[in-house]
Amino acid sequence: MKKKIKIALAGNPNSGKTTVFNNLTGARQHVGNWPGVTVEKKEGSFFYEGREFDIIDLPGIYSLTSHSLDEKVARDFLLEEKPDVVVVIIDASNLERNLYLAVQLLELEVNLVLSLNMIDLVKKKGMKIDMEELSRVMNIPVIETIANKGKGMDELKAAIKSSCNQEKAVTFKIDYNNDIEKEVEKLSQVLKEKKILENYSRRWLVLKLLEQDENILEKVKKLEDKDEVTNKITETITKLEKHFGYDLETAIVQRRYAFLRGLVKECCTHVVGIKERKEITDKIDQIVTNKFLGIPIFLGLMWASFQLVFTLGSPLADLIDAFFGWVGEIISLGLTALSAPGWISSLLVDGIIGGVGSVLVFLPNILLLFLIISVLEGSGYMARAAFIMDRVMHAMGLHGKSFIPMMLGFGCNIPGIMAARTLESEKDRILTILVNPLMSCAARLPIYTLFAGVFFARHQGLVVFSLYFMGIVLAIVVARIFKSIFFKQEIAPLIMELPPYRLPQVKSVLIHMWEKGSLFLKKAGTIIFAGVIIIWVLASLPPGVEYAAKESLIGKLGSLIAPLFSLAGFGTWQAAVSLLFGIVAKEIVVGTLGTLYGVEGIGLKSVILQQFTPLSAYAFMAMSLIYVPCIAAIATIKKETNWKWTALAVGYSLILGWIVAVLIYQIGSLFI
Amino acid sequence: MKPLSCVLSGEKVEIVEIRGGRGLVTKLLNMGFYPGVKIAVVSNNGYGPLIVAKKEIRLGLGFGMAQKIFVKE
Ligand SMILES: Nc1nc2c(ncn2[C@@H]2O[C@H](COP(=O)(O)OP(=O)(O)OP(=O)(O)O)[C@@H](O)[C@H]2O)c(=O)[nH]1
Ligand SMILES: [Mg+2]
Repeated sequence: MKKKIKIALAGNPNSGKTTVFNNLTGARQHVGNWPGVTVEKKEGSFFYEGREFDIIDLPGIYSLTSHSLDEKVARDFLLEEKPDVVVVIIDASNLERNLYLAVQLLELEVNLVLSLNMIDLVKKKGMKIDMEELSRVMNIPVIETIANKGKGMDELKAAIKSSCNQEKAVTFKIDYNNDIEKEVEKLSQVLKEKKILENYSRRWLVLKLLEQDENILEKVKKLEDKDEVTNKITETITKLEKHFGYDLETAIVQRRYAFLRGLVKECCTHVVGIKERKEITDKIDQIVTNKFLGIPIFLGLMWASFQLVFTLGSPLADLIDAFFGWVGEIISLGLTALSAPGWISSLLVDGIIGGVGSVLVFLPNILLLFLIISVLEGSGYMARAAFIMDRVMHAMGLHGKSFIPMMLGFGCNIPGIMAARTLESEKDRILTILVNPLMSCAARLPIYTLFAGVFFARHQGLVVFSLYFMGIVLAIVVARIFKSIFFKQEIAPLIMELPPYRLPQVKSVLIHMWEKGSLFLKKAGTIIFAGVIIIWVLASLPPGVEYAAKESLIGKLGSLIAPLFSLAGFGTWQAAVSLLFGIVAKEIVVGTLGTLYGVEGIGLKSVILQQFTPLSAYAFMAMSLIYVPCIAAIATIKKETNWKWTALAVGYSLILGWIVAVLIYQIGSLFI
Repeated sequence: MKPLSCVLSGEKVEIVEIRGGRGLVTKLLNMGFYPGVKIAVVSNNGYGPLIVAKKEIRLGLGFGMAQKIFVKE
């Protein structure tokens, strides 16, 4: 049996790896125009000419030295899992820096295929790359691709196939000049004699040791008779540094880049002479990152987004609402006519339509929210938001880059928590994870939409905006406090590439929106559905009790916790159980209220109008925003940290939520 | 020689030395920002992060980092 062939996709951040991966496998992994979209390895497969290829999409890296968790995932895979072929996805419009990684992979002696991606941008710049020359010098296949248009994929597959049949024949070598080369030779001999770490290319290993790569040094230090080698290395480094007058790592990097500069000069020609024109990206940045305008523009964009979500979304939501009301009526009329037992009608109308329906109503709002997020992600603004907020975040003990996980949290906290992997410092990463649940995710949107729609119909956008904003402010305050308790050291400074602005593609934005929308529908059909059924059952038991009465099981359960919330103005048992079950998934807060209140066609909205005041509604929304992350988010926090931090995340949010809700209600009561 | 944080928007300079924690220096080196490279400061407002350019690359750099990168005209 032929063994499966393992292909890895490597490359600089934002060079189009995931776009290529999606093209080859038909998957729909997350693509976005900022560095660090992919933070874990993703597997897929494709068939080509009768053979199956396993392909792994990796996080972006600049070199084989890792600085953060996501980079470590990529590095470890490339070093330890020994893929049969590595496809290096190159952003051809930035050839020199992208080839830097490719060259290091060649030094590692892996089978490479080069995909010169973003060729469209190269052409636009009036440049031409001589592929034959590049392929000749580096001695590897080079394929032109335009991944976001799906161009060049067949050629890429063919190149992968023929490359994995080939014997590795390394003929490529950068000349690091005599001084360094001589020492590399000597050290190689030592490693050879001692048979040290023989599963890596020796030349690569020596270079990495001379660059003082911590991970590799660590490996050597674990060996038994390491002293001679480590001494030799230190000796060599000292000797060479004396010779250069500065550190050896810099010298090695300089020479690698010097080689690449020569290569790029040879391979690239300007077809049309371009004047030094100011790039459009710089022009936009001049405004968007301006010291006075930056933050107001960001807030303005956020505010406009919510206006859009509501002014466009709510009328559509009302239509769906009316539709469900109508279906409910027909069903109960029909069932009465058939003289079906009352509980069937109750299950269908109160439980399923009242519960699941009341959540599904908000599909238009959620689709619009994801539409906006997806446009922001594709445009390149995401990295700018982090850049603008760096200063503010710094003052509060966070990192500018922490803002990207926070923005992603507006969609869903789980990718937000994962995205914290891009932070270089472990402490920054944990802090970023801890506050992420305060970013209001899409699952909480139905709660706001429902309550703001009922109580603040004319200022819906503004009220919801205030909640999102409250989330950001609280996150910053909480971070500040945790920072001073748990992580007193300095924050690692920001180093982040700002990608060129791009017009998001209509097709990919719509696909992304639909992906998220269908996830929401799936959730409605599974976990929300199950939650609602459980609530309906608990509301109908013990037998003989009036449906959703205080004496039902759920009424008793709710009455136990309800007093906790009376200070916050929503001490009803229904509100209490909705929050309790909302921990399973935040949409269930509305689902529960729909199941319990949606009785006898009065409609959820009118019951809420009686049960809450505008003030207690606002306190309830704040509570829903802050209290306890949903189960899936808790599990992700656990996966990315440990039990201690997870317990802290759950504990502090519960207490904070309660305090904020009570403060809102009590202080508000003084004025109203 | 002066720190990058003192360079005004629009000026072009050459990197001379990068100080600071090893990890971050390595990261910058590998990203193509090493001594001898010519860069342009796209924006520097005097307290927040800077944008510097090396050919097509635009890099956002925290002010603290910029204080540790030394440059000459
Ligand atoms: N113009 C152009 N844009 C492209 C091309 N390929 C990908 N893109 C865009 O480049 C951006 C980055 O694409 P991704 O596939 O997310 O890049 P990645 O390498 O996976 O990025 P990370 O996961 O962050 O390392 C997206 O906005 C894509 O739409 C191309 O050939 N031409
Ligand atoms: Mg990716």
